[in-house]
Amino acid sequence: MNLRIISALVMRYLFLYARTPMRLVELIFWPLVDLVVWGNVTVFIQKNSTEQFGNFILFFLGAMILWDVLFRAQQGVAISFLEDVWTRNLLNIFVAPVRTSEYLSATFVVGILRILVTVVVVSVVSWVGYSFNIFQLHWWLIPFFLNLMVFGWALGMISTALILRWGQAAESLAWAVPFFIQPFVAVFYRVEDMPAWSQPFAWLFPATPIFEGMREVMKTGTVSWNYLWLAAGLNIIYLGLAGWLFVWVLNLTRKRGLLTKFATQ
Amino acid sequence: MSDAPDTREVILEARELTREFNGVKALDRFSFKLHRGEVLGLLGANGAGKTTAMNCLLGLTLPTSGELTAFGLPLQANRIHILQRLNFSSAYTALPGNLLVWQNLLVFARIYGVPNPKQKIAELLELLEISHLDKRVTGQLSAGESTRVNLCKAFLNDPELLMLDEPTASLDPDIADKVRKVVRKVQRERNIGILYTSHNMRDIEEVCDRVIFLHKGKIVCEGTPTDIVKKTSSTLEDVFIKIARDGEIVDEPIKKTTV
Repeated sequence: MNLRIISALVMRYLFLYARTPMRLVELIFWPLVDLVVWGNVTVFIQKNSTEQFGNFILFFLGAMILWDVLFRAQQGVAISFLEDVWTRNLLNIFVAPVRTSEYLSATFVVGILRILVTVVVVSVVSWVGYSFNIFQLHWWLIPFFLNLMVFGWALGMISTALILRWGQAAESLAWAVPFFIQPFVAVFYRVEDMPAWSQPFAWLFPATPIFEGMREVMKTGTVSWNYLWLAAGLNIIYLGLAGWLFVWVLNLTRKRGLLTKFATQ
Repeated sequence: MSDAPDTREVILEARELTREFNGVKALDRFSFKLHRGEVLGLLGANGAGKTTAMNCLLGLTLPTSGELTAFGLPLQANRIHILQRLNFSSAYTALPGNLLVWQNLLVFARIYGVPNPKQKIAELLELLEISHLDKRVTGQLSAGESTRVNLCKAFLNDPELLMLDEPTASLDPDIADKVRKVVRKVQRERNIGILYTSHNMRDIEEVCDRVIFLHKGKIVCEGTPTDIVKKTSSTLEDVFIKIARDGEIVDEPIKKTTV
């Protein structure tokens, strides 16, 4: 792992974002749409429900912000890869002395930067618009936040591997993959509220203990270590499997001679 | 073609390289050596196996069988070390069109660990007579300008081995001439080994010391451009067309024997 190379790749993406303001709009627009929709739902329910229930529905806003952390981290990996495909630059990268681990690390860093932009904007708007101060959430949310980011990276590698395998026809997976799992990871509701048949599936994903843990922290102010350790353990497995899948697919495309076709199409 | 063995260091070697796609051999027991300071042209019609060969040599496609070494080292096991010492430019790849020229070059300068990257970039832009393009958006350049920017990228790390895939494709004769002269100048000054593919026989005659003609993945003819022209009493272009249509040339002396 060479930090110089990783920083060069990160620099390349920073130049890209600075040169293409539309990409910044994309970072800000969708989270704002989500925020407004859920904020309005929150206000509506608060006005029409008991006080106790009104407090609970603040979970929605927290869940929405955390979901966006996962989504932006996944996008950081998948979209960074697609940027190289779209600009026909992928071949230049693959014939440069760049290790797969360095390439992926750069996309992880881009994912972090994307999250920072999104969280800052969403925090300000949610505070101004809905008096929801994200910094009043407990500091214990940070480990859950970090776990969610790591799961986003794993999903990003899985998305990228699928795109590598099936080509540009599978590009929409870059956006769709997180939403495939969303119904199963208890983002906006508890696992026990899910249909019984789907509850065992929920615990196969690191995001489920993260969102359950987040609700626990917001409700009681104390961290559930069981949720945290379960999320971390599952994340290690997912990150390892996703990394293995990416490398396996990359080697498969080399063996089948598909990499150059994909990179120059 | 001289029969005396070339004593220069072999910097790239393929031995019995075969690459099959769905049972069809795109490369069939392809063997060659490229020496330091030599420009070797890889010629053939579309589908002859040039691109497959280039992709195997760059590690982008794995051969079905055979061995590849660069600088005396097996390619796959030493890929990163070898890629640090070579570079590549193709008419079919691009630098990100939404970045400025200097930004693109700076990114690759950092990847290759070029000391004093800004100075190096300025020198190369001047060499290729495109210093005025450094703050231009890469995607808005003409084909000739893009080719020269790609060549800047290819020269950034002072490669010992350079692979150029149709570098003059789609260029007008004037720009193509400039590109050929720059490639030859840099190659001679730095004693670079170059593997060069082109469909432009003018390129080949001016730039290449030796050429290999491929047909259906096999070497069918090999020699210096001058020898081939002399022995076939044809132009290089006629030889190219003959091989593309018939898969062989009549003159025995220049048919492939050993490499």
